[in-house]
Amino acid sequence: MAKMMTGYDAVAEAVKACDPDVIPAYPITPQTDIVERISEMVADGELTSEYVRVDSEFNAASTALGASAAGARTFTATCSQGLKLMSEPLFSASGMRLPLVLAIANRSLSAPLSIWGDHTDTFAERDGGMIQFYAEDVQEAMDNIAMAYRVAEDEEISLPALSCLDGFILTHVQEKVEPFSRKEIREFLPERSPVHTLDPSDPKTMGAYARPEHWTETRYEVHQAQLKAKDKIAEAVEEFANIFDREYGLGYNGLLETYRAEDADVLLVALGSVCGTMKYIVDEYRQRGEKIGIVRPRVYRPFPTEELCEVLEDAEAIAVVEKDISLGYQGGLAIDIKSALYSNGSRIPILNFIVGLAGRDVKKDNIKNIVEQTKELRGKLPEDIEFGKEERWEPLRTELLEDDKK
Amino acid sequence: MTDDPYKNLKISKGAVVKPRTSLVNKTGSWRSERPVVDHEKCVACGNCEKFCPDMAIKETEEGKFEVDLDYCKGCGICAEECPVKAIIMKEEEK
Repeated sequence: MAKMMTGYDAVAEAVKACDPDVIPAYPITPQTDIVERISEMVADGELTSEYVRVDSEFNAASTALGASAAGARTFTATCSQGLKLMSEPLFSASGMRLPLVLAIANRSLSAPLSIWGDHTDTFAERDGGMIQFYAEDVQEAMDNIAMAYRVAEDEEISLPALSCLDGFILTHVQEKVEPFSRKEIREFLPERSPVHTLDPSDPKTMGAYARPEHWTETRYEVHQAQLKAKDKIAEAVEEFANIFDREYGLGYNGLLETYRAEDADVLLVALGSVCGTMKYIVDEYRQRGEKIGIVRPRVYRPFPTEELCEVLEDAEAIAVVEKDISLGYQGGLAIDIKSALYSNGSRIPILNFIVGLAGRDVKKDNIKNIVEQTKELRGKLPEDIEFGKEERWEPLRTELLEDDKK
Repeated sequence: MTDDPYKNLKISKGAVVKPRTSLVNKTGSWRSERPVVDHEKCVACGNCEKFCPDMAIKETEEGKFEVDLDYCKGCGICAEECPVKAIIMKEEEK
């Protein structure tokens, strides 16, 4: 039965249904409400997980890693500086092939200090071997938790997974969702069957030293598991649709969703909740007969290369709209999309728009500006964009800058 | 010399290995100074064993403490921590 729920409530409900054995928790805004709600469930006896109040995010991720090594299903949540502190054990977890599921309430990184949302925290973890899901709305944030468990714990994958939802925009907003129960989720999510388990009667060394003649191959295997995760995500979304009747990009292996993209000559690519506003603007353009559409990757790692190339190949111009910037170059998503398309022979001009950093609202007019600038590139080639001018900030308040930077 | 367990090692998922395979890595060769224990001065308090970061100091059957030079990296913590100055660090010579 549908209910009104905040993003943090929905994630906590999803975690309850997935029934982890060990939940180490450390608070950080805007994630805190997720683990706070879970602590209430444990206190009320609705959830029998071992709830561990740790002294830092480093400890939270390390405790989850240790529990996972002992064969447990684990959960924790964090964002921003907390994710930075978890980064070291998370890189280890992927190398040790230990599944962990984390909810990330995406938030900017210091400095300056900001508690508001963008994607710079999870993009900074891009190269760590963690699977990354991005939700557009509260329902998807909830459903991605179940899918993250299924893929992360698959014996062939055995990797950590980050289930990302935009801080405040999704964590603290109420939406109508269809929750799933523990009984319902059992059909979708089998019990974890660990590859190796820490057991004193059969001692093993995990995370040991590897010499140069072996280390490369362990990393290669993490890479292969990431690539294999694409198939597992495809299977997971298909079975999820069969059981729960909710579809997530079935035509694109569950890795991306499209909105009015089929015949579009201008395509906007973005992650997460901003796609809601973008759909509204696309509808306005469509009413005037202008062919604008949206492509929304649901998964950033593994990167949906083939699916993006397929869905973007007929566009005349593309705008990659993202809440992230790889300082000194461009937005991370744009870099990856250019690499995928241009190495696949595409000659579509691509603009990169940096938006919504640290919770700055992405308004309808911002989206319209993006569409208008991108429309101008129809019929042109990538080299028609002056080198270094393909990345634009929407908006950049130049009146705030020091005089010589304008 | 022990057979090298790494020689034909296949990598298991997550590089999980049997314990004690790293014993073949004799880190004593990294040392530039070696600890030398003066057993006349030693009061057998065991401080050096507790502080050794590599577990390279062992208690002998006589209740004294000896350094396992196969693994001692020569960090000098034992000499620093010895309350009766019974351990001195001596430069290694080729």
